[in-house]
Amino acid sequence: MITLEDYIVLATLLFMIGLYGVIVRTNLLMLFFATEIMLNSVNIALVAISNYYEDLTGQMFAFFIIAIAASEVAIGLGLLILWYKRHGNIDLNTLKSMKG
Amino acid sequence: MEVIAFYTFAIAIIASFLIVVTSKNVLYSMSALASGMVLISGLFFLLNAEFLGVVQIIVYTGAVIALYAFAMIFFDSAKDVKESRRSRAIFLLSTFSSILLVLLMTIPMSSDAVSALYPMHQDVGNAQDVGMVLFTKYLIPFEVAAVMLLVAMVGGIVMAGKKMDRYLGNDKEEISK
Repeated sequence: MITLEDYIVLATLLFMIGLYGVIVRTNLLMLFFATEIMLNSVNIALVAISNYYEDLTGQMFAFFIIAIAASEVAIGLGLLILWYKRHGNIDLNTLKSMKG
Repeated sequence: MEVIAFYTFAIAIIASFLIVVTSKNVLYSMSALASGMVLISGLFFLLNAEFLGVVQIIVYTGAVIALYAFAMIFFDSAKDVKESRRSRAIFLLSTFSSILLVLLMTIPMSSDAVSALYPMHQDVGNAQDVGMVLFTKYLIPFEVAAVMLLVAMVGGIVMAGKKMDRYLGNDKEEISK
């Protein structure tokens, strides 16, 4: 029998994979993928909690997280394309225009 | 049966997401991300959240991954990405901090005081149940999310579509063309 803890452990593992991606990758597109992984892992945890407590609030939050992820991708990719057109690469280490 | 399905999906999801964060090629990474998203919807079906499972497939693999795929037109996606490695200490610290974060969020669940705010109805399907709660209790957030998506769409069009016919960089040879 699968318990709630199994789903939470899975979500934690996926969140760690996503965080590892955010820490290690310096390509901005890869960073976006890692962010998607983290958002999805949180969705799994929310839906699992929603199922085991027989409460719909978790599913509602997962639903709004999906909406936020969609708009984040639209805005983020717009900015990324703009940056790539100006500078020719999307490496995180080149984003140093604020450096004194 | 449920155990087999859970472990199959879990291992497949972890494997495809590991490919996402370790792959050197953006296209491989994106394909692995798409497969991971579809497999996550399988977990949602397993958790009796049919509506969210369908939304996951439609929005993530249908819209988000398609958006990434179209954005690949603008980037050199065929060649491998070169990245500078970072130190190992940061990785260990991030592991511990993520475990701590998840514990912080999930420990309150072990309390007995947790009770359902909007309990599920056993006699109606999941989609109907979600609809009833979404359009009564969460109507304002739903409308705000709609406005947010509109703002994001306009912002995306304005930023990505600006001066598409002109070169915006500062490479002299390209400007003189």
